[in-house]
Amino acid sequence: MRHRTFFWFFLPTGLAMLLFIAFPIVSVLVQSVFTTHEAVLVEVENCGPFGCTVETAVDHDATAAKRAAEPLGRFVGLSVYLDRGHLAVTEIAEQWHASSGLGDFISRTQNLPFYRAITFTLTFTFLVTPLLIALGLVVALSVNSLHRRLKGLAIFFSLLPMIVTPLIGSLILFWMVDSRGILGSFIQYMADDPSLSLKASTSLTWIMLIVYGVWHSAPFAFVVFYAGLQTVPSDQIEAARIDGANRLLVVRHVIVPHLMPLVTFVALIQLMDNFRVLEPLVGFNAQAHAQSISLLILNDLSGETQQLSSASATSVLTILGVAILLLPVLVRTWQDFKGKK
Amino acid sequence: MSSKALRPPMPLRLTIYGFVSIWLFMAAFPFIWTLWGSFKVELDFFSIADWTNAIFGRNTQDTYGTAFTGAGYHGAWVQEEFWRAVINTAIVCVCVVLTSLTIGTLGGYALSRSGYRYTFWLLILALIFRAMPPVTLVAGYMLPFFEWNVWGILPTTIVVLVAINQPFTLWMLHSFFQNIPKELDESAKVDGCTQFQAFRHVIIPVMWPGVITTGLFSFLLAYNDFVVTSMLLSEQNRTMVPEIAAFLGTTYTEGNVMFAVAAVVSATAPLFVLVLFFQRQIVSGLTAGAVKG
Repeated sequence: MRHRTFFWFFLPTGLAMLLFIAFPIVSVLVQSVFTTHEAVLVEVENCGPFGCTVETAVDHDATAAKRAAEPLGRFVGLSVYLDRGHLAVTEIAEQWHASSGLGDFISRTQNLPFYRAITFTLTFTFLVTPLLIALGLVVALSVNSLHRRLKGLAIFFSLLPMIVTPLIGSLILFWMVDSRGILGSFIQYMADDPSLSLKASTSLTWIMLIVYGVWHSAPFAFVVFYAGLQTVPSDQIEAARIDGANRLLVVRHVIVPHLMPLVTFVALIQLMDNFRVLEPLVGFNAQAHAQSISLLILNDLSGETQQLSSASATSVLTILGVAILLLPVLVRTWQDFKGKK
Repeated sequence: MSSKALRPPMPLRLTIYGFVSIWLFMAAFPFIWTLWGSFKVELDFFSIADWTNAIFGRNTQDTYGTAFTGAGYHGAWVQEEFWRAVINTAIVCVCVVLTSLTIGTLGGYALSRSGYRYTFWLLILALIFRAMPPVTLVAGYMLPFFEWNVWGILPTTIVVLVAINQPFTLWMLHSFFQNIPKELDESAKVDGCTQFQAFRHVIIPVMWPGVITTGLFSFLLAYNDFVVTSMLLSEQNRTMVPEIAAFLGTTYTEGNVMFAVAAVVSATAPLFVLVLFFQRQIVSGLTAGAVKG
């Protein structure tokens, strides 16, 4: 295909991505180093029966006019990144000196919004991803050994948690684990504690969110592994069996190595998706106990006054996080590409 | 399993059946339970006294005379005008799927047929864009959209969703077009077709399975999106998901949780139908990217 033809074929999709993905990234970068203009102050002289006093007051008209004329605001450099709402450099330094050890330091950082959010986001990402891979693998192995008729049915029901809108899925589970819902009542009965409420405890909320994450994403791993299992050469399995390997050893030494590329693929996709965890926190109404980076951005944007520069700074930090997660993959792709040449 | 020797022994088979049953119960039960409960009153759906109330609907019986009531649905669809959100969702989804397939097909086809080095870099770039959480882009949209006065309307959201959809669509269609032999359009070109004519008359007739699969995923992305629709749509233009999120704020205070439950069930129903009819395509789409690696 000639360059010209390629250009015209690719133009619409390229333009869409350029305008609505690449430009916004630049725009976010720019916004993060600007902040809204400070209020314009004027000195007003108030004269009363007891003499005159000079007061400073906010000139609302002038402030509004200035902000409307330059919606981007004034240049502040990296100060938004370093303030208390984001990297909180000064607070972190203070707490580092005040803390007695690493555990103490981490618990002290939990009152800073960004560190609180990143703690939950990373915990969520790195607990949910391996758990869902394990669950997906076991389900795939089990379903694969079912009767042919049952497989279709099993796949249909297994797809449901993944297909359903994340917000809706989390709401459905949230209503069930409500202390008056069926799961909530069941847990109270099992724990023999009628006042137990999952919503009231931070650690239980985290567990609930992680269980939701695994429930929601395990079907994806299941489907991918199930498809991979169809391509495992049966003569290899038979050979291993004849050589005396039991089923567990066959799974360990024949099937899992065969599925390894798929495991990497699922892990990569799920790391990216779990890192942006947001909907379950909204659905479970769990903001009091857990914050994620995405939720910080959403809160900044949907508040009474939109804090664009704060949201942008968090966005840039998130993009950096994603880049770090993606880096190994990119390096490997690059090496493959170089190897091919 | 083909060989008899590989059939699992009885205890293992029982364990497998047990495990699969537990998993299927976990996967399906929440939906069945919520569907059943959506026809009850709140006191039955959240029953403090006795959990069997949620099954037999004693309080619903007391209030309405029957064990099932459509009051939640009436409240959501008529009183809270959920139908507006449904229409908006339909518009958004149809437009997003059509637009993103049209431009994605052209782009994916071009990527699969051009042998130059830059296709590799474009695909890598698309992969990086795919990894961007949409929420990080939203902050970038706000200021220009307000300035140009296009915030809050459906077309803006459609265009944004199409763009966010493109990286994924490109990857899927690219790998799909790679499986269509190049000889097909090469021979058409030898016969005197231009590249576009070859695409139009030779490729389009054979590309539908892949396009339908990709379309399903575009639909799911548009249908399930929460971040973009909730941030970029004004109150009267909301689609279903942000509407449900907005319900949460109002219904918890007014005690109309059943409205939200009914809305949630209404929004889940189309997805059920989708899985029912397109299960094969969904499974093949999920695995297409994976097996290629």
